[in-house]
Amino acid sequence: MENGLTLARFWRYSVAQPPTDPMPTFAVQQPRHPLEAPQPPDNIHLAAYKTETGVYDEMVDSRGRIRPHWQTFASYLEQCSKEDHDFRVKDVQRLLRDHGVTYNIYEDALGTSRPWSLDILPFIVSQEDFSQVQAGIDQRGRLLNAILLDLYGPQRLLKDGLLPPRLVHANPGYLRPVLGVNPPGGRFIFTMGCDLVRDASGRWQVLADRAQAPSGHGYALENRIIMADVHAEEFNASKIRRLASYYEMKREMLRSLAPRHRHGESGILMLTPGPYNETYFEHAFQARYLGFPLVEGADLTVRDRHLLLKTLEGLRRVDVAIRHVDDVYCDPLELQSESLLGTAGLLEAWRNGSIALANGLGSGLVETPALHPFMPGLCRHLLGEELLLPCVPTWWCGQRRELDMVLADPDRWVIKPAFIRGSRDPVFLSDLDAEQKKRMLETIQAAPHEWVAQEVLQLSTTPTWTGASLEARCLVWRAFAISQGEGFATMPGGLCRVSPEPKRWLVTMRSGGISKDTWVVGDGSPDPYYENLRRQQPVVIRPARPPSGVPSRVADHLFWLGRYAERLEAAVRVLRSVMQRLSGERSQMHSHEVHGCIALMTHLGLIPEENEGLLEQLPAIFRDARRQGSVPELLGRLRYNAAAARDRLSDDMWRLINRLDRDARLPAGPFSHSMAQGVLDTLILDLAAIAGMQQENMTRGHGWRFLELGRRMERADTVLGLVGKATLLSSEDDSLLTPLLEICDSTMTYRRLHFARPTLVPVLDLLLLNEINPRSVMHQFQILAKQASQLPVAHGIDLTTTPRMQIGGLQSDLTAMNLDALSKSGAGIQASVSTFTHKLMADLERLSDTITEHYFSHASRKPS
Amino acid sequence: MRYQITHRTTYSYESPVTVGHYIARLEPRALPFQECPWHEITIRPTPMQRAERADSFGNTCVYFEIEGSHQKLEVIARSLVEVATAPIFDPGETPAWESVRDACRADLSSAATLAGELVFASPLIPVGSVFAEYARPSFPAQRPVLEGVCDLNRRIHEDFIFDPAATDFATPVEQVLKKRRGVCQDFAQVMIACLRSLGLPARYVSGYLETLPPPGQPKMIGADASHAWLSVYCGESAGWMDADPTNNVLPSNRHVTVAWGRDFSDVSPLRGVTIGAGEQWLQVAVDVLPDGE
Repeated sequence: MENGLTLARFWRYSVAQPPTDPMPTFAVQQPRHPLEAPQPPDNIHLAAYKTETGVYDEMVDSRGRIRPHWQTFASYLEQCSKEDHDFRVKDVQRLLRDHGVTYNIYEDALGTSRPWSLDILPFIVSQEDFSQVQAGIDQRGRLLNAILLDLYGPQRLLKDGLLPPRLVHANPGYLRPVLGVNPPGGRFIFTMGCDLVRDASGRWQVLADRAQAPSGHGYALENRIIMADVHAEEFNASKIRRLASYYEMKREMLRSLAPRHRHGESGILMLTPGPYNETYFEHAFQARYLGFPLVEGADLTVRDRHLLLKTLEGLRRVDVAIRHVDDVYCDPLELQSESLLGTAGLLEAWRNGSIALANGLGSGLVETPALHPFMPGLCRHLLGEELLLPCVPTWWCGQRRELDMVLADPDRWVIKPAFIRGSRDPVFLSDLDAEQKKRMLETIQAAPHEWVAQEVLQLSTTPTWTGASLEARCLVWRAFAISQGEGFATMPGGLCRVSPEPKRWLVTMRSGGISKDTWVVGDGSPDPYYENLRRQQPVVIRPARPPSGVPSRVADHLFWLGRYAERLEAAVRVLRSVMQRLSGERSQMHSHEVHGCIALMTHLGLIPEENEGLLEQLPAIFRDARRQGSVPELLGRLRYNAAAARDRLSDDMWRLINRLDRDARLPAGPFSHSMAQGVLDTLILDLAAIAGMQQENMTRGHGWRFLELGRRMERADTVLGLVGKATLLSSEDDSLLTPLLEICDSTMTYRRLHFARPTLVPVLDLLLLNEINPRSVMHQFQILAKQASQLPVAHGIDLTTTPRMQIGGLQSDLTAMNLDALSKSGAGIQASVSTFTHKLMADLERLSDTITEHYFSHASRKPS
Repeated sequence: MRYQITHRTTYSYESPVTVGHYIARLEPRALPFQECPWHEITIRPTPMQRAERADSFGNTCVYFEIEGSHQKLEVIARSLVEVATAPIFDPGETPAWESVRDACRADLSSAATLAGELVFASPLIPVGSVFAEYARPSFPAQRPVLEGVCDLNRRIHEDFIFDPAATDFATPVEQVLKKRRGVCQDFAQVMIACLRSLGLPARYVSGYLETLPPPGQPKMIGADASHAWLSVYCGESAGWMDADPTNNVLPSNRHVTVAWGRDFSDVSPLRGVTIGAGEQWLQVAVDVLPDGE
């Protein structure tokens, strides 16, 4: 987990333009010739793109000429009208929405997700720039790894005077429990990120390193998928390097880390802090793309100093964990004890050499900005090479001379925390008033080793579409690399971020940064790695199927996804039946039915027992996510469970779930009955699509099985509850039976069988006993029985016995129900049916508990 | 002196624990004036896995896992320890405290800069001006460092009241300084915070005290449980010197050192993560008896 894509607010126009100047220099937001009639088509003229003097622009050189590697794309831009751009912006937004790309899924369980922001213009990197950066990053990766090996090993760098000991000792990123660990293969770093900026002279410099759990890999790929789609022609025509082979290389690299080199990928998994994490989207996205299960710390356990995954089939050994969880949260036993994200004993398992961690624990130490000034010396000493990619000029205040320099001329500097990145926003000393500055300088002097000073840089700019024109925005390029042989291979692309406003310094993705796809120009030759892969791939017709490896927690979420999908459908159907009867010319006629429906709504928990009038509560049922049982509340739970099992759901399924979310929103303004009814109709179709997708498109594995079990149990429970309630009420008035059939979606079936007004006993038969009705309780029980017989067997222990017996009991109870005899018992029928449904519901509850206990909780099973 | 030490830790859990992972630091260290010829840890229920290693401060730590439902965990450490009397160091002979401070700050590595690891704030012990101000009267300019330490040791002993009800494991050090009450752990941590805030390296020491005093000597406080004191770096020749503010002594052959680190979190005798424990109760009993005399 990384705390966001935090960037320095690094760039400013103070040199070229005083901050008080009210006129933005290059924001061309007004029509340039307001008096002239618009010229159709209103093409975007590159000549109107204004750059700042003295600033390096990525597209245009200092004499205003388009740089060679931009020329193909620039000529395409020239042909585009504003409408073309608008169209592409909409396209990008649609794709982002459909793909469900978000930056933080939930602030809280029911909160909203923040959509990812992607510019329609790519950032283009020339071949020369890329090969220079690639060499620099390869070296940097080797260097950072060597630093970690030394600092967690012999610490010669401290003993030989290459690093002041304080820089390590005072550093919270230095994890003492890691000292002395020999990571498998002598590697701490397998994937890394590097934030690069270009200064006014055109030279790339390193702003920050990401070494523990670099985020952005997944966003970079998602950005590419969308941009390659939106600019399909230009992309295919140009010689832009593809990303697929890089990810294939990443997958191979991770596979090769397995200490046991097993076949298949069952021993490799991706560790995430969970759906509440702001970059959870990309954890799930990458897990699916690479084909590794996505798990949380609680899915894992350590036994015998080995890491094991709790799956439905029992505990399974893990060889490689790709972690998106920050160092200190990984192991509550040896690291931060309050952490709920980690697994106790993980560090010991790693120390034991039984797992590979990508990246190794403690890697956060080299993210320390205080290391920057020492990099050239460390590089010479450890690698015997000159540092290829310089760092942004940085001074560590923990040294006397450097501190004095900062104090002597404060206005030159940006002050940042020396050790923990992102723990505090950078401070531009020149921005502070005298009093603030004095206080800041005192803070620095109180603990100088906790601060670094960096020079204020002018970052390069790149054209960005604002909706009206192209504007120059400053950029930071996060390049990624993975370990490859002895060195590191750089992704031919990366995640580029630009400032949200022209005169604003770069900020974080959190507060509204804009991302860009990064295009690296290639020579047009086919990717050798990709070609090889095609040639060498062995053909396996149907590989021997390993155990599914579905983590128990994921099965738990799928089970509840099924239950909430059904629960939401029941709520929507009952609401629809009520609302249809509230309005229109038949509303008078239906007052009895409405009365009955309200009782059913109370039963479903949509309205409280002591209801104060349905009409007043309707808006809240549609809009209030905090109200128990409301549509948005149920939807939030459905989404949460879907998100937590995201890597098990197909893209289409996810699109449907996103759509459900959108379709459930009533437009702002006063509550409209007709609009609300429209929403309900749409939701029923969306839910049917989800159910259809589940039946027709999901592999029949254990994941599917638990989704199905959840769905069937919930449906049986709902029908039993509604029937029990309606039967009791029908002693006075059987007008409730019509809406009951409607809610249970059995009106058509009833009509076809009976051609008459509904009466109690036939309705009971249809909803409870008639197995050809897919909504009947009997039908649900039959499916439950079939699925229970195929539940997983863990370590040869047949756990299916109890649930199978329980379902058998439910089935025989229901079969034994004699409606004939009951109908002759006269008035007693209501009470008997109600007692009976209650008993079955209680038995279902027990079945649910059994499944939870057997498959989700993992009490004390022996590992394989 | 030769001691037989028994340290019994018992955890009782409200509901059965299915899996527990633990780390114990219970083996007395080998030191120039201390030997541990025999040591044994008995764990009930029997762990399925046990691994021993030295941590980054050189303390022996034992990792173990317990699997299978249990509601009680018992860890009994038995040790035979021999402690010799260290030669008495004349506090007046130690270097001025400022020179020790400055040596620890140097960029080049030396014994002093490595000791400097213990000068920074740590998870449980902050540094700050309140601590520096409290310590200042003991450290006038150019005073020999150990003299200052002895004076601070005495002042904490006099200013603070031993009161087990006043604090618990989670009481912040600032609050202890304000309330002037606590137990040995609190006094050690306050004194460490004071020394570090002046720039002097100080480490937290956990260990034992002789349970029954020799005839004619008073029983020391903290003798029935594990005890805590601290150690200060006093320059190259004196090295690390122990101080026990709870008893206002410089420890000698009646203190047995088990482990040291930045603060309690580095030396906790038994740390564990359990699944399904509910509420838990801890019982600790320590016996330190002279051996064979």
